[in-house]
Parts: sequence; structure tokens; C-alpha cells
Amino acid sequence: MRAATAEAFVRSPGYWVTVLRRFARDPVAVGAAMVVLGLILMAVFAPWLAPQDPLQGMTLKRLRPPGTDGHPLGTDELGRDMLSRLIHGARISLFMGIVPVFTALVAGAAIGIVAGYAGGWTNTVLMRTMDVFFAFPSVLLAVALAGALGPGILNSIIALTLVFVPPIARVAESVTTGVRSRDYVEAAKASGAGALTIIRKHVLGNVLGPIFVYAMSLIAVCMILASGLSFLGLGVKPPMPDWGLMLNTLRTAIYTQPLLCALPGVMIFITSISFNIMTDGLRSAMDIKA
Amino acid sequence: MSATAEGPVLDIRGLRVTFTGGARPVRAVDDVSLAIARGEVVALLGESGSGKSVTLRSVLRLHPPRKTRIEGTIRVDGTDVMTLEGAALAAFRGKGASMIFQEPMLALDPVYSVGDQIVEAILRHERMSRAQARQRALEWFEHVRIPSPERRLEAYPHEMSGGMRQRAMIALALACNPKLLLADEPTTALDATVQVQILLLLRELQRELGLSMLFVTHDIGVAVEVADRIAVMYAGRIVEIGSVRDVIRTPRHPYTAGLLATRAHGGRLSGNRLPAIAGSPPDLANLPPGCAFAPRCGHAGESCMHEAPPVVAIGAGHEARCVLLKTAA
Amino acid sequence: MAALLEVRGLVKNFPVRTDLFGRVKSFVSAVDEVDFDLHEGETLGVVGESGCGKSTTARLLLHLIEPTAGTIRFEGRTVGTAELPWKAFRRQVQMVFQDSYASLNPRLTVAESIAFGPMVHGLSRREAEARANALLERVGLEPNRIAGRFTHELSGGQRQRVNIARALALHPRVLVLDEAVSALDKSVEAQVLNLLLDLKEEFRLTYLFISHDLEVVRFMATRVLVMYLGRVAELGPTEALYTGSRHPYTTALLGSLLSMDPDRRTDAAPISGDPPNPIDPPAGCRFHTRCASAEPVCAARHPALTVLGGGHAVACHMSEPGSGHSRAAGRAA
Repeated sequence: MRAATAEAFVRSPGYWVTVLRRFARDPVAVGAAMVVLGLILMAVFAPWLAPQDPLQGMTLKRLRPPGTDGHPLGTDELGRDMLSRLIHGARISLFMGIVPVFTALVAGAAIGIVAGYAGGWTNTVLMRTMDVFFAFPSVLLAVALAGALGPGILNSIIALTLVFVPPIARVAESVTTGVRSRDYVEAAKASGAGALTIIRKHVLGNVLGPIFVYAMSLIAVCMILASGLSFLGLGVKPPMPDWGLMLNTLRTAIYTQPLLCALPGVMIFITSISFNIMTDGLRSAMDIKA
Repeated sequence: MSATAEGPVLDIRGLRVTFTGGARPVRAVDDVSLAIARGEVVALLGESGSGKSVTLRSVLRLHPPRKTRIEGTIRVDGTDVMTLEGAALAAFRGKGASMIFQEPMLALDPVYSVGDQIVEAILRHERMSRAQARQRALEWFEHVRIPSPERRLEAYPHEMSGGMRQRAMIALALACNPKLLLADEPTTALDATVQVQILLLLRELQRELGLSMLFVTHDIGVAVEVADRIAVMYAGRIVEIGSVRDVIRTPRHPYTAGLLATRAHGGRLSGNRLPAIAGSPPDLANLPPGCAFAPRCGHAGESCMHEAPPVVAIGAGHEARCVLLKTAA
Repeated sequence: MAALLEVRGLVKNFPVRTDLFGRVKSFVSAVDEVDFDLHEGETLGVVGESGCGKSTTARLLLHLIEPTAGTIRFEGRTVGTAELPWKAFRRQVQMVFQDSYASLNPRLTVAESIAFGPMVHGLSRREAEARANALLERVGLEPNRIAGRFTHELSGGQRQRVNIARALALHPRVLVLDEAVSALDKSVEAQVLNLLLDLKEEFRLTYLFISHDLEVVRFMATRVLVMYLGRVAELGPTEALYTGSRHPYTTALLGSLLSMDPDRRTDAAPISGDPPNPIDPPAGCRFHTRCASAEPVCAARHPALTVLGGGHAVACHMSEPGSGHSRAAGRAA
């Protein structure tokens, strides 16, 4: 009966291993992921990487163009080293991009999965509440909330989190609703499993991936919104180096040092486009069909 | 664009279609040659992955060019389809050859009325006024026996029943009097009582208008109802071709014979089992070197595993691709 | 012989439009007053076209959707009461779905999918996986090659074998097969049908075999139930029904079978038009709008299921004595 035991047991690589392998075959996405990784490393090791103190200015050397001796990327309006400020800026900018999205991911996914699996009245109440928030343009909502809470990093994180809960909840709800009506969930019900077992074993595994990918795509948006808040004076306060804030303070020099003024914008652009390409690649890598 | 009066309406020679989008190239169609005479109906019969739909779609060049490699020639009424580009290709689709799809709900645009879609199709290919085009659409609706056609022209696809939508789809496909009609499993999604009606309609239209038709199906019963000849496909190749009678009554390829035997037909004495074909269809990205059917074939010998089987002529217009026939002959 | 499973007065209405206050304005009458028995060891075939309610009946049977009305009794005990709670009933009755891909969780390995049910019912992981491997072998798949795989790596036929193994994992006595072979290629379909016949003998199973394919049902079933727009049209032993159908709809359905003979092609459609929309279905006999023999009485009231003898029953005014239809026998004494 058991003649087959001599043969090696074939175990397929897990889902995420397969996804990673597929992701690795997409050179553009891998490139973007390397950039993201580089930015994160840059933020973590900023104090060691930055050649100078990002807060220490020299009034005599203000608004030097990139290429100046000792300041490869020039200096800002207070004579602070641009390169150091950009490196340190990655810390607060990435923090402001990632933390609100992850907080919103936890809250939004919980709301959306509960609403999607329960259906009926629970769904109506939860999702209509989300829709009320969703009705406002995200920029407006973020500005209004941050304005109401007052300036500061913590308050802008709270404001941004609130902005991103509704869209994540909505995606979580629609993915869960789709999975709930799949035959395998029906089959699990038919084998007598309870709701919690089904959610844990059959729903979570199938919805967390897509929700996570969606949330990743929001990081770039969140960073830009956070920069916007700082730009408006509602987020990070000077002299802290933040790309959005730097863009704001340097704008007075736009005619004299255009290249210098563009640098923080370039960083925001690189970061957001890398996150976007990476999540696009992840999304198509996750679409395992055949 | 000269139309040869006596030549075949459709002439496919040495067609080979390879999908290159995935990790490994997939040879979906391999060395398919097929000709359809004027007024003739040929059924391409096969299971999923046999290449029947890929062959059909190649005639309209519907495959994404960047991910597909097509070799061989396809001529429709003398026109070399492979060389058509841009506007010439667009003019060919619908006028030179047109297609009926399995799912009219997906093939029809949900935001326009069915009548508007037919009028648009006519105006795209013919010089006439909108009123004239509308009149022609109405005539086609009568042709395909849609009750109260004036009112139905105004209907949106979702407002029609499945059978009615398929009739509208046929009217749309025929509206510009194409030289060749391609049908991709047009009755598969329909209920049994509706399927019969659509098959009868297609047969009547074919007889009245002298249509030339390539009809793809997985259902032998459907092929028998509409076709003059049947071409059986397996793993991208035509393994047997012949008149309906020859193929159904005296199938010579082991796959065709197996397929006919495996159908549950009539009553069953208790305890009986169906004569099933063992195994499952091959992976097109990883085909065996010899005959693709050999691993499932009860008669396969050593040579079947290594050599590609030759095409053997059995009788008038009856051919099969099998080594066994060669040695028997 | 007492029935293993008795279904009485099963009704399911799906709301399609509700007003502002959540009250139902119109509904789909998917299943309406369906009664049938399932006897131990038989295969009851259920046939009908799309919208006839055959799949809804299957889902109601397993309580995957809430019935509007009706009772189900299993071995004389009413299901869903203290006599026989749903969880206990589900050990006895399992289902195989049409879409072999959608009915397996893509994130679980084959062994995990099969072991899930037994673990819900208290088996340890080791025991459940041992059972999964044994079942895989029984359905003709090598456990060593298949158990550790994910469903997208299998062929359609292999996946459906896994689904059958999964359904058998709780050692049920009844399998509900909802179009279980319809998505398979003919050459693979035959293998799976043979497998189902073998399993039925080996595990002494009872099948409810739902299919739109009349040929396959004739091959598999001992009795056949014909449904039309949510109601039972005809019920009887397979050969009696296939050779002597009494309901005009059954006759039309059988007349739609293709001959497979190039010299005997179909030359007239047995009925015209499509099945009507199950939203607000026709009053009276639901088939009267397409029936060639329809008379005023057919639009006026529902025909009752009339027993003809030999286990054959039909819901048609023509077979109901004293119904008022000109072709019906006079009023019974």
C-alpha cells in the first residue's frame, strides 16, 4: 500500500516564496525596491552618512549652488549643508509616509474585513460611516483635520491616519466580500466550521495580501500629503529637516537657485515613484494563476 | 485584393502560434493547414488547450502581437491576412471575416443599444446613411428571427435573454455580409432548449446565404449538427479531418475514437463504467517529443514516443496523424 | 423504505428590490414548494436549465443559504433543531462544487484543504493529514506528489479529485454533486464519473447529482428529478422518465438532446424562446408560457404533483385527473 513512501514528498514552495520569485523576475520592480531599500537605509543611518550637521548653518555661505566646495549639493537659505539635510530629511519624510499608512492599515483592514464578512446591517453602518469621510478630497480632509488638531508631528500623523482609514477599509471590504462568496468558504461552512475559524483560515490569507499591496501604494500619497502639511506649516516645524518643509522654505530662492530648490522635490518624486513601481510589481507578482 | 472565384474562402497553411508572454514559450498551434470551400462549414473540435480557439482567433489576428509569434499563411478569399496592418486590418475585421463569441454579454458593449452597435458596424464598413443602416439592421433582426424587431433594436444587451442576445450577436456578425463567419463555441453558454434553436438558426442562415463557416466547439453533438467536415484538434495539431460521417462513424485516430466512446450515451447497465481516456491533456509548454497523445494512448508503441506522427490519407478527404495507420496501410 | 433525507416544502425567495424601509418589493422565486426524498444508496439526478433552482436547492440542503420555508429531515430527525444540529448534519452530507478552482483555498496546500474539515470536527493535525493522504490515494492521486501542492499547479481533473477527497474527509453518507463534472473536458469527465461510481460502492454513498447534462444524468442516476423555474416538474425512475416522459417540459428537454447522427440531425426545435426570468415568474403552471398544450387552466393554477405509479410523478394538468384540462382524465371518483 505504501510503496510510494520511498519517493520524495513534493512540497510546493509557499505562496509568498512564489510571489518573491516572480517579483525577482521583474527587473524594473526589483530596481524600484532597491531604491526604496536604499532610502530606508539612508534614513536609518543618517547620522553616520551625513557629512555635516543638518541644523548648523553658516550665514556667510547661504544659497550656494550644487558643486560648491565642501557642499556637493550646495547650501540652503540659512547656509546649512543640503546633502546632510536631504539625508536627515529621509528620516522624518519616510516616517511621515509610512507610520500613518500602517496605523490606518490595521484599523481599516479590521473595519473592512468585519464589514465584508458580516454583511447586512453591520456592513451598512460601518461602510456608510467610512463613506462620509471618503466624500471629502483627501488633501482637504488632511488639512482640515491637521488644522483642527493643531500643528505638530503627532497631530499630522493622526490626521493622515484618519484620512487613510476609509479607502483601506473600502478595499478590505470589497476584497472580503469577494472572498466570502467563494466556493471554498462555502465548502468550509459546509464542513461545519465557525465564523472565526473560517476568517482565520480561509479569509485572512486571501485578503491581507491585496489590502497590504493597496496600502503600500498609499505610502507615496501619504508622503506627499505630509510634505504638503509641512509646506503649509501644519506638520513638521523648522528647523527639522523634512523634504516638504525644505521645499517650502527654499521657494523664495526659486529664481536665484532653481536647481537647489528642486532637490527636495526630486527626493519626494524618486521616493513616491519607487514605491509605486514596487507595489505595481508586487501586485502582478501576487497574481498567480497558471 | 483580387478575389479568386474558385479558390477556397479560407486557406490556412502551416499555421504555428507561439505565446511568448510567459516564463516559457507555449506552442498553442502547430502546423495547422485547413481550407474551407465556399458555402462549406468546418467544425474545429477539441478540448480545452487543443488550440481550436487560438486557430480561430488567428484568422482575425486577435492575439496581442507583442506576446504572440504567428508563422504560416492565412488567406481569406485571396487576401493575405498576415500582411494586413492598421486600417486595412480594421476593414477586414467584420467585412472579410467576422466572429460570433461564446458570451455575447461580454462581446456586446453594455452602454449602447444593440441596434446602435449594429448600425455603427455597418457604417464603419459601408457608405450609406444612418437611416439606411438602421433599415439594414432591422432586416437582419428579422433574419435571425427576433420577435418584435423594431422594439428590440432599442434594447440594451442586459435587457435581452441569453438566446436573444446570441441572435443579436449573429445579426451583428452578419450585418456587413462577411465572406467568412467564425463561430467560437456560440452555443456552449446556452441552455439545451435554446442551444437547439440557435444551431437550427445558424444552419438555416448558412443554407439561405451560402455562408462559409469555421465553427469551434468541444461538443461532438454540436459539430454533427452544423458541420460538413470535422477537424479534430489535440495539443495544437489537427489529428484527424474528414467528412462528418467518416469522422463520426469510422474514426481512425485513437483520440477521436476514444472521445466518441467516452461519451455517456443512452442507458447504463448497473455496474458499467465509461471507457475513459486515461491521463490528462499535455502541458503545451512542455510537449513530449513524439506524438502528443502517445502518453494517453492505449495503442502507443515505442516509435510514438520519439517520432512526430505523419499525416496519413485514409480515404477521400479523410486524413489522420497516426503512425498506426501508416503501418496498417 | 424510509427515506434517508426528506425535503418538504422547500422555498427560497431572494429579494431583488427593497424599498426605503428595507421591505421587499420584488423577489426571485428561486425554489418554490420543492418536495423530494433521497433514499439510501440511490443516485438522484436533478436536471433543469439555468435558473431552475437546482443549485439553490443544493445550497439550501447544506444550509449555505437560509431557506424562506421548508423542513429537511435526516433519518427521521428534523435538521437544524435539537434533534440534529447543523454541524452534526454536515458530517453526514457534503458537497462538491462545479468550479474546482474556486472551491479550493488558493493559499492552502492540497493536504491542508482536505484536513480542514476533520480538524474542525476534532481530529488532530496528524490524524487529519493521514486521512487526507489516504483519501488522495483513493481518488487516484499520489499523495507524495500532490499533497504538498497548491491548487493552481494542478489540472482541472486533479483539482476536482481533490474536491471529492475533501468532501469525503468527514466520512459523509450523502454527497451533493453540484455540476461536479460540468467544467471538465469530456475525456476527463469520464474518468471522474467512473471514480464517483467506484467511491459510491466502496463507501456506500448516496448521491444527489445535479447537472444540466441529460446524458450524464442518465448514466449516473437511478431516479431523476426535473425542475423548471424553481418547481418540480417531473420525478421518476431514470429509464421510465427518459423513455416515457409525461411533462411537456421533460419531453422538450429530452428532444433537445443532439442525435450524434449526421443522417438524423435535429430539424425542429422542441420549444421556442428562453426560460422566463425567475423574477416574478408566471402564475399558474410556470411552464405554460412555452407549452404547446397550454390551456386556460394552466395559467390559472399550479398543477399538483400527481403520482402515476412506479415511483413516477408529474406536475402537469394533463396528467391530473379532473384538472379541467381537455386532455386530462375525468374527475377521479
